[in-house]
Amino acid sequence: MTAPLIQFFDEGLPSDHDLLGGKCASLVTMTGAGMPVPPGFAVTTASYDEFVGGSGLSEAIAELLQGLDPDDVASVDGVSQRIRDAICSVDVSQRLRDSFDEAWARLQGRFAEPVPVAVRSSATAEDLPDASFAGQQDTYLWLTQKGEVREHIRKCWASLYTSRAITYRLKNGIPEEGLSMAVAVQKMVSARTAGVAMTMNPSTGDRSKIVIDASWGIGEAVVSGHVTPDNIMLDKVMMTVVNEHIGDKHIELVPDPAQRGLVEVEVSPERRSVRSLDDDELLAVAELAKRAERHYGVPQDIEWAIDRDLPPGENLLLLQARPETVHSSKQQEPKPVTSTIGVSSMTSMLTGAIRLP
Amino acid sequence: MTSDSTTAMKSFPGAADIPVPEGAEGWEQLYPYYLPFREGDGSEDKFWFCDSQHWPTAFKPFETIGGEFAVKCLGQYNTRHLIIPPANGIEFKIHLGYLYMSPIAVAPEDIAARVPEFERRVGYYFGNWDRLLDDWRVKVRGTIAEMEALSFEPLPEMVPFEDIESGKAKDGSEVLLEGYDRLIQLAYQNWQYHFEFLNLGYLAYLDFFTFAKEAFPDIPDQAIAKMVQGVDMELFRPDDELKELAVLAHELGLQAGFEHTDDVAGTLAAIGALPGGDRWIARYEAAHDPWFNFTVGNGFYGHDKYWVDHQEIPLGYIKDYLRRVDAGQSILRPKDELIAERDRIIGEYRSLLDADTLPVFDAKRGLAATAYPYVENHNFYIEHWTMGVFWRKVRELDSVLRGAGFWQNENDILYLTRGEVRDALFDYVTGWGVGSESVGPRYWPAEIERRAKIVAALQTQRPQPALNTPPAEITEPFTQMLWGITTEQVQSWLSDDDSEGGAIKGMAASPGLVEGRARVVYHADDLGQVQEGEILVATITAPSWGPVFGKIKATVTDIGGMMSHAAIVCREYGLPAVTGTGNGSTTIQTGQLIRVDGNSGRVEILEG
Repeated sequence: MTAPLIQFFDEGLPSDHDLLGGKCASLVTMTGAGMPVPPGFAVTTASYDEFVGGSGLSEAIAELLQGLDPDDVASVDGVSQRIRDAICSVDVSQRLRDSFDEAWARLQGRFAEPVPVAVRSSATAEDLPDASFAGQQDTYLWLTQKGEVREHIRKCWASLYTSRAITYRLKNGIPEEGLSMAVAVQKMVSARTAGVAMTMNPSTGDRSKIVIDASWGIGEAVVSGHVTPDNIMLDKVMMTVVNEHIGDKHIELVPDPAQRGLVEVEVSPERRSVRSLDDDELLAVAELAKRAERHYGVPQDIEWAIDRDLPPGENLLLLQARPETVHSSKQQEPKPVTSTIGVSSMTSMLTGAIRLP
Repeated sequence: MTSDSTTAMKSFPGAADIPVPEGAEGWEQLYPYYLPFREGDGSEDKFWFCDSQHWPTAFKPFETIGGEFAVKCLGQYNTRHLIIPPANGIEFKIHLGYLYMSPIAVAPEDIAARVPEFERRVGYYFGNWDRLLDDWRVKVRGTIAEMEALSFEPLPEMVPFEDIESGKAKDGSEVLLEGYDRLIQLAYQNWQYHFEFLNLGYLAYLDFFTFAKEAFPDIPDQAIAKMVQGVDMELFRPDDELKELAVLAHELGLQAGFEHTDDVAGTLAAIGALPGGDRWIARYEAAHDPWFNFTVGNGFYGHDKYWVDHQEIPLGYIKDYLRRVDAGQSILRPKDELIAERDRIIGEYRSLLDADTLPVFDAKRGLAATAYPYVENHNFYIEHWTMGVFWRKVRELDSVLRGAGFWQNENDILYLTRGEVRDALFDYVTGWGVGSESVGPRYWPAEIERRAKIVAALQTQRPQPALNTPPAEITEPFTQMLWGITTEQVQSWLSDDDSEGGAIKGMAASPGLVEGRARVVYHADDLGQVQEGEILVATITAPSWGPVFGKIKATVTDIGGMMSHAAIVCREYGLPAVTGTGNGSTTIQTGQLIRVDGNSGRVEILEG
């Protein structure tokens, strides 16, 4: 059986990491676990392989990279540009075009009106705890035209050959053979509020907490650090707020129908100082993060959004879940508990300066 | 919260700065000489906080007995039994009718020397917990049985002839005198027993608490409480009995018998006459001993009403429960759900610990879960049962002296100190013995009238939360745990601005967020006004208010911490609670729409 060129997140197929890349594999897993993931499909690594294999591109790329010195910045830049131009301009086979057209029609066919999508690269080495490639791959938001989407899929493919990526692979001895990339095409959430959540307190390593960052509009502003979001810490077991800080959310990213894209706008002063999640939504986000952690068995770092068009109770969507990497990569264990069993620990408790409720 | 570290340390008023309410002049003379502050006793240099949690009303002279016995016996366990390294007992004084306390710290240089004995003694108790606690129940029940057997009867016209025959050679007055001394002695005995396990229960709880705060920084206090609290508690048994009686009445179709529960005899006769009524009455009577030895107060006041003596109270509660069962509501506590929720919480925190820490968690939680239920259950044995019998015997004595013309009104005995009662008894038996008149009937009525006016005047003024200058930091663990006296609490008492946005701040004692109409209740007698779905706002609550907790949506109290009765009962009933607000009952008015956030400890008045 040959690998599929396209795989919908919800068609019940296994989440084969090599075929789907990290991001799409995660979306397939989460969808399979019944989590509220916006619908979409993966343009699999089989598509990419067929594209570069069938067009003679792979030989051309190998030739260009032959003997390249990673410290020769000008040469690397030149090679990078030529490869990426080629990926974006070489003809795509009819079979690939057909498979994409059919998937696009199937996705749009689920909705009464055309829906915008996000196109994101899903590399096979992305999101691994030990070698996070995050930021080296691309995200294109709020695309509405089929042609535009096709173009951006190629841009994602091309992002395998940025100067940084080429240099990184050369310096780390990562071979070109088998290098591939999948691309996620996913219905875009028209987010009223969005953000991230982590199922631990990243500053102490305390796993009994959930920390949520939330801001108005589409979540990219939070992820990229362009706004100071609301920051809320909850107890993971009791699901009560431990402390919260209301951020000054001065801008938000919202859809702009006129430009068929997203636009950054100022948030009115009265909305800036209001928490961007109400109590029910806050709990729902925390529950979702907890559910993701329970599913994967390790602390998670999730991206979520609240769709402005969906009714309460159904409007919270999970955009991404990945193992919490920042904290575990630092090997920063929680402060060990010093308390021991027995009466002597009561003595220390009584004679030490303790603060009680 | 403001961060101005430069503000000068503010102080509470000194005792002498508080005005004496009009008509209360000379109040000091109502109490034994050692209770009021005295000039030059050094009390101005100490920080005192008012225990209005246990003693919210100004003392009548006899009622100081509860405060004196309780706080003395609490102290003896720290100081003389367990040798708690940093803490001796708590000094106590009465000022303007209210009880003020000042914990006695051990000098830092003496702490280390106390450790070996402390560890030996506490280790022994925890190592022999079950046996010693079984013995405790026997001791306490024995005391109550002996107290119950005391009898105070008027003296007869003449000594019976049998006593002549037997050569008894005593006139019976000794029964009154010895009986009174024994009554006081037995109360004292059970107050000593009261604290045998209480300090240990708190100690085990604090040990687990400290560990949990270290393992899970910022873990909510209520999570810790939920992990060690019992579900099948003796303290909840009286209320559970009423619920079961209501369910039985529903099954037997006895509704018609409950028309006029204020008429106890009539109600019981009406129920007994209905088909199946005798079965219900038998079940009802079986519940009396001991579960109706339950007070609507807290056991410390002579006016507290006990179910067994005022059966219109439990009958009214049963009627109310019955109405709800008839309406298809479930009134029984969801014990299985409570246990499942507790197990979930324990399981989830456990799953976050590594292999080295897990055994420590299990040991400490296990010890706290063994020791902590005592902290709640003892309340039934002492405050309810022992004190219920005690006050009944005091009323018997009151009746004897009233019958001898010492005073006119029921419970006037409470205007005498317990030493003066002894004097009055001797006065009574002397007059009777010598065949003349006792002095009491000419002395006490006017004196009692004078004292009653002073007490009434004292009761018009609320106590100060504290006196004098607080220490920079409150570190004594029992003070924090038992009374909720923390550095933050003291600072919030001292700050006049009641936090931002007019919200009332207290302790997040039981989780949940609700809105509803407030019902402010100052006395147990007013509990009947509480309507279904209201939010109870009170100075304090007593666990015997149980039936009301089945009706309300949330509770707000002025006084009390995580382990106050309101907090415990609300967690048990799954209701939000904010405790220790300081001024909730005076700020909120009945009928106002309020929002109670038991997660953050905030109460907001939404509309008048």
